[in-house]
Amino acid sequence: MKVLVPIKRVIDYNVKVRVKPDNSNVDLANVKMAINPFCEIAVEEAVRLKEAGIATEVIAVSIGDKSCQEQLRTALALGADRAIQIETSETLDSLNIAKLLQKIVEEEQPQLVILGKQAIDSDNNQTGQMLGALTGMPQGTFASEVKIEGDKVNVTREVDGGLQTLALNMPAIVTTDLRLNEPRYASLPNIMKAKRKPLDVKNAADFGIDLSPRTKLLKVTPPAERQAGIVVETIDELVEKLKNEAKVIS
Amino acid sequence: MSILVFAEHDNSTLKAETLKTVAAAQAIGQDITILVAGYNCQSVVDAAAKVNGVSKVLAADNAAYEHQLAENISLLVVELAADYEHIIATALTTGKNFMPRVAALLDVTQISDIIGVESSDTFIRPIYAGNAIATVQSLDSKKVITVRSTGFDAVATDGNAEVVVLNIVTDAGNSSHVSDELTKSERPDLGAASVIISGGRGMQNGDNFKLLDGIADKLGAAIGASRAAVDAGFVPNDMQVGQTGKIVAPDLYIAVGISGAIQHLVGMKDSKIIVAINKDPEAPIFQVADYGIVADLFDALPELEAKL
Repeated sequence: MKVLVPIKRVIDYNVKVRVKPDNSNVDLANVKMAINPFCEIAVEEAVRLKEAGIATEVIAVSIGDKSCQEQLRTALALGADRAIQIETSETLDSLNIAKLLQKIVEEEQPQLVILGKQAIDSDNNQTGQMLGALTGMPQGTFASEVKIEGDKVNVTREVDGGLQTLALNMPAIVTTDLRLNEPRYASLPNIMKAKRKPLDVKNAADFGIDLSPRTKLLKVTPPAERQAGIVVETIDELVEKLKNEAKVIS
Repeated sequence: MSILVFAEHDNSTLKAETLKTVAAAQAIGQDITILVAGYNCQSVVDAAAKVNGVSKVLAADNAAYEHQLAENISLLVVELAADYEHIIATALTTGKNFMPRVAALLDVTQISDIIGVESSDTFIRPIYAGNAIATVQSLDSKKVITVRSTGFDAVATDGNAEVVVLNIVTDAGNSSHVSDELTKSERPDLGAASVIISGGRGMQNGDNFKLLDGIADKLGAAIGASRAAVDAGFVPNDMQVGQTGKIVAPDLYIAVGISGAIQHLVGMKDSKIIVAINKDPEAPIFQVADYGIVADLFDALPELEAKL
């Protein structure tokens, strides 16, 4: 069984982003970039399926300019077998991303597509679900456990009130939540080996999809700053302030 | 301009967040319809009919919608979509799950998690874990939107909308529900609570979360947690407040033994009053707290409980 893992290059999650002074966007110049944490979990899950003898091949795919090859090499070092880069210098809306991924799904015919539940830059939480709609595949979003049982995949999902388990006919889409697994570190020998693994480059324009923007970013501003308050010395003082100054308790 | 709002519910109760999503819909335009899709969910239909500013309730009551599987619900919404310019759901796990499917089937993109409405096609939403606020214009003919409920005030519930029973059944037949493992609690829902007390890694273990119970009882508060507390296995994940958990904005948020990482702050920094109890005076949580106390939580919590 083939597993396809779409991954995204994003700002490192520890970096505090700065909004550009002209409010056109956030400033990504000279900022540390990394594989999106949820995508890393997706790669790990696919590699574990391979180690368990369930998956035969793990293919990582990313959409972007040449720089995203760095994250594809990371995925290869973590255990993916080969990688596909879809070359574009445009910033694409999630629907257009999903349409490009649909083409890769048609070409590769994976039984399982594992994506992160959201990218920590755009915070959209859309692509996996959209790919499900376009391919007609069922989806197990926000997965904290994935079990293959015959031609079905059982996915335990993190929902508002707790957990929910669904059975999906394969081929299916899974999007990962943080608790699905703990990703491994790439060892130096594996990083060296990853350099020799195949990485195909395809041009986004060759897929014949209309990739014109669906949204227009008008403005990006910093959030309202919260002012630091006061430090009280005693619990008595705290209770008194909450009752009489903030009036949030009675 | 017609707007379709998806009702969040558990087949018996309409979730309070839906009232805030209707407020977002009102900021966009008039002529609001609520869709209740579920199974044996008449009580939800009745509650939806009372929501102010709503002219019509569509009731789709069928076993195919019992667990609100994304595959089935998205087909239903797409069937109805021709009559609406805006399709809106709350950014809770159900809405986040099926709405992008709706968008893709309609060949439009989705605007996720809006916290403000500028006009009928321009919306405000946080990006980069709330560290930047984007104003985004949708260029698509139909707008598919999810709403962060903490961005809007709930509408009242003394309306009287017309109820229309739908006889459409959309069943994709490629997924099925196996089981639920829901956390039972007598306390208010995190999303709806006006007071929340949350514990972090500083609580040290799950048993110590009991120290929060007495205070929560006295304040009628919900109990939350940081990701560190959830990952350490102290409490279940549905209690997590933060970028990947729940986004809350209560009147009072008490953070106990929580350092205040970016990913946690994004989930609670719109609270009206923030109180931090932490023994580390350098913890970043003190930079956003209205009232902080530098103290060992094992001394502070019993004392606080006694003095409330």
